[in-house]
Amino acid sequence: MRRTGAVVVAAAVLLTACSGGGGAPAGGTAQRGLVVGSTSDPDTLFPWKATQFQAVHVLEQLYGTLTELDANLEVVPGLAESWQVSGDGRTITMTLRENVAFADGSAFDSADAKASLDRIREEATGAVAAASLASVTAVDAPDPRTVVLTLSGPDAGILAALASVNLAMLPSDATEQGLQATPNGTGPFTLTQRTPNQSIVLAPNQRFWDGPPRLPSLEFRVIPDETSIVSAMQSGNVGFAVFDDPLVAQSAEGSGLSVTDTPQLSYHVLQLNTRQAPLDSLDVRLALQCAIDRQQVLDTAALGEGEVTGPITSPAYRSDPAARPCPQRDVEAAKRHLAAAGHAGGLTLSAIVSQGEYATSVNEATNIQAQLAEAGITLNLDVLESGAYVDRWVAADFQTAVALNGGRPDPDGMYGRYFTSTGNLNKVAGYSSPQLDALFAQGKATADPEARKAIYQQVSAELENNAAWIWLFTSFTYTATGADVTGFRPMANGSLKYLRETSVGGS
Amino acid sequence: MIARHPLVRRVLEALATLIGVAVLVFVMLRAIPGDQVTASLGTEAAALTPAQRAALEAYYGLDQALPVQFLSWLGAVATGNLGASQRSGEPVLAMTASALPITLELAVLSLVIGLTLGVAAAMLSASRPNSARDAVGQAVGLAGLSVPAFLLGSALLALSARFLGYNPNAEQFTPITTDPWLHLQQLLMPALVLGFGLAAPIMRTARSALLEVHSQDYVRTARGKGVGPRRLVLRHVLPGALVPIVTMTGLQFGYLLGGAVVVEQIFSVPGIGRQVLLGIQQKEYAVVQSTVLVIALTFVLVNLATDLLYRLIDPRVRAS
Repeated sequence: MRRTGAVVVAAAVLLTACSGGGGAPAGGTAQRGLVVGSTSDPDTLFPWKATQFQAVHVLEQLYGTLTELDANLEVVPGLAESWQVSGDGRTITMTLRENVAFADGSAFDSADAKASLDRIREEATGAVAAASLASVTAVDAPDPRTVVLTLSGPDAGILAALASVNLAMLPSDATEQGLQATPNGTGPFTLTQRTPNQSIVLAPNQRFWDGPPRLPSLEFRVIPDETSIVSAMQSGNVGFAVFDDPLVAQSAEGSGLSVTDTPQLSYHVLQLNTRQAPLDSLDVRLALQCAIDRQQVLDTAALGEGEVTGPITSPAYRSDPAARPCPQRDVEAAKRHLAAAGHAGGLTLSAIVSQGEYATSVNEATNIQAQLAEAGITLNLDVLESGAYVDRWVAADFQTAVALNGGRPDPDGMYGRYFTSTGNLNKVAGYSSPQLDALFAQGKATADPEARKAIYQQVSAELENNAAWIWLFTSFTYTATGADVTGFRPMANGSLKYLRETSVGGS
Repeated sequence: MIARHPLVRRVLEALATLIGVAVLVFVMLRAIPGDQVTASLGTEAAALTPAQRAALEAYYGLDQALPVQFLSWLGAVATGNLGASQRSGEPVLAMTASALPITLELAVLSLVIGLTLGVAAAMLSASRPNSARDAVGQAVGLAGLSVPAFLLGSALLALSARFLGYNPNAEQFTPITTDPWLHLQQLLMPALVLGFGLAAPIMRTARSALLEVHSQDYVRTARGKGVGPRRLVLRHVLPGALVPIVTMTGLQFGYLLGGAVVVEQIFSVPGIGRQVLLGIQQKEYAVVQSTVLVIALTFVLVNLATDLLYRLIDPRVRAS
C-alpha cells in the first residue's frame, strides 16, 4: 500500500510537468494574431450604454466616431474628415468621409449620423452620453456627406466628446438587440466569433477608412484573474494586457515582460459634501486640505506609482498641483483653520470607501484617516461593497467619499457636469458657485485654445482655493506586451485605439 | 401513508429545500445594494435623468413589484424556462447545460484525487500510529486544510508558467469533444488544487476510522487466523472504515461546488461556479437565481445518492 500512494502523487506531478514539454499545443507558432488578456467579458456590446472598461476596449475596435483623439488626446478627424464652427459658435458643419461602410457592407452617410445623434439625445434610449449633447438643439443632414449640429450656445468641448465610443455612429435602422448579437460598426475590426465569458475574436476590416489594421486577428480572451493573465503572458499564450494594480505590474515586469506606465486622466480624490455642516465651512475644508500630504497617500497606498495632482489631469490643460492654499502638508495651519471654524477641540467626519472596485481604495482611506487624526480630525470609515458604495455615492449620501473618478480630455466634459449648478452630477459633487458657473460658460463659449487654457486655470484655482474637494493623485495603467508586439501607443484615457496600428513579430 | 416511506419523504424534503433556496436567493440578491442599472453603469448611473433611469429599469424588468417578479420567475422555472442573460441574451438553461458538466467533471476528478491522496495518506498514517510517518501525514493533512485554494492555485499556475512555460489554462477552454488531451490538462491543475484541499479532511476521517477498525475484535480475530497484512487491510479494515469516509465525501461535495467558484476563476474554467460569480458581479438576477437553484438541486441529489450508497454498504442502516 505504501507504494500506491507514492505512485499516485508521482503520476499526478509527472502528468502536469511532462505535458509542458511536448503535449501542449504551442500558442503562437503559426499565427501572427494578437491575444489580449482581459479580466472580464464586456457587459454589453451596445456602444451607447457601455461604460465598463472591458466593453469599451472591444467596442472601440468595432465602431467609429465622428471625431477621434490622437495619442496626445488632441481632437483629430474620424468619420468626419473636417468641420467648421460658425463665427457665433452655434453651428458646427461636419463633412463626412466618403466610401465608409458598416461591417455588413451598407454605406455610412449623414442619415446614419443624424439618426444616431438624435437617438442618443432621446431619454428613452438610456444612452449614457446624452448629456454630452445637451447643447445640441437640432441635427440636420442637408446632403449625404454633410451633418449640421445646431447648438443652444457655443460648446468648445463637444468635439472631444464626440470621440467617445458612447457616441458611436450606428446604422439608422439598427436596434440594440440586433447589435448585441451582431455588432455592425465602421471601426477597424469586425467581429468574427464570440463565446460569452470566454473570448471575442475580431478580424481586420479590410475596408476601414484609414487602411486595414496589420493584425490578421485580434482576440480578447477572458482570464478572470490579473495574476493568471501574467502567467498566461509568461507562457506566451497571451501577448497583450492592461493592468491597474501596481503589484501585478511589478510581477509582470519582474518576469521579463515589457511594461509601460501611462499616467491616467482618472484621479483619486477625497470628495466633500459641502452642502451640509460642517463641510459647508471653508475653514473646515481648508483644514482637511492642509492636513493631508498627498505624496504620503500615494506612497503608502499605491507604492508611489502615480503623480500628485490638482483638479485637471489632461495634458493640455493640466492644473499645477502646487497651486492650492496648502501645497505642502501643514498641520499647524490645519489646526488654525479648525479653530477658526469653531472646532478647536476636534471634529468627527465620516467617509465612504469602496472595497474591491479598485486596488488602493482602503489603503488610501486609512492613510488619510491617520493623517487627519494628527490634526485633530477623526475620520470614521464606512467601507462598502462596490454596489453599496455606488448607491450611496449616486444619492450623494455621504460626508466625504474616497473616490476614483474617470477623467475626460476636455476640462468642460470632465468637470462641467460636476461643478456647474445645473450639471447632472452636481448633487454628487456637492459644490457650485456663481463664479464657477460663469467660468464654465465662458470656457464653453471660447474656441481659442490659449484663452480656454487661461479660463480653466481659473476654474482650477477656484476649486482649489475653496477646497471643493481634496484632489490627491493620478495613477498609472500598465500596458504589458510580449517581446514581439510592436506599434502600440498607450493613451492617458485608457483607450486601446492604437491596436489598429499594432503588429506581432514585425510582420 | 405514502409520505411515511423514507424515499418519498426524502424527495419531499428535497423539494422543500429547493423552494427554500429559491426564496432565499431571490431575497438576498435584491437585498444586496445596487441593481442591474448601477451594476452596469457604476458611478455613471448618477448622470442618468429620472426618465433615462425609468427606461433602463423597464428594460431590465425592475419596474415590477417584487412578488410579481418572484412569481413570474418561479412559474417560468416550473415550466423549464430559467430565463435569459440580459447581457448576452443567451438562455440560462443553455448556459447551465454547458457549464454544469464541466464543473461536475472537475468535481469528480477532484474527488478521485482527494480520495486517492486522502485514503492513501490515512493508511500510511494509521498503519503505524504516532510514528514519524504518522506525524508527516498529519502535517500534510493540516497543510491541506490551511492553505487556501486561491493561494495554492495561483502559486501552481505562476510556477508552472514561469519555469516550465506551461499554462494550458491560458488557451481558450477546450471541450472534451474537440481535444480530450488538452481538455484534461486544463482541468488537471484546478482538480489538483481542489483535490488537495479535499484530501485533508478525508485523510483525517479515514485515519481515525481505520484506527478504530484496527482495534475491533473481528480484525484481531482475522489477524490471529494468520491473514497477511495486505489482505487484512483490503478485505477487513478498509470496508469497515468506508461508512464514515463515504459520509465525509458526500458532505465535501458541497465544498467542491463552493471551491469551484474560486478555482474556476483562477484557472479560467467556464464552469458553473464562474457563471454564478459573474452573475453576481453583473447583478444578472436570472442567471444567479437559476444557477444557484441548479447547484442546490445537484447538491440535494448527491446527498440523496450518498444516503442510498450508505444503505448499500452498511447493513445496519438498511435494517433500521
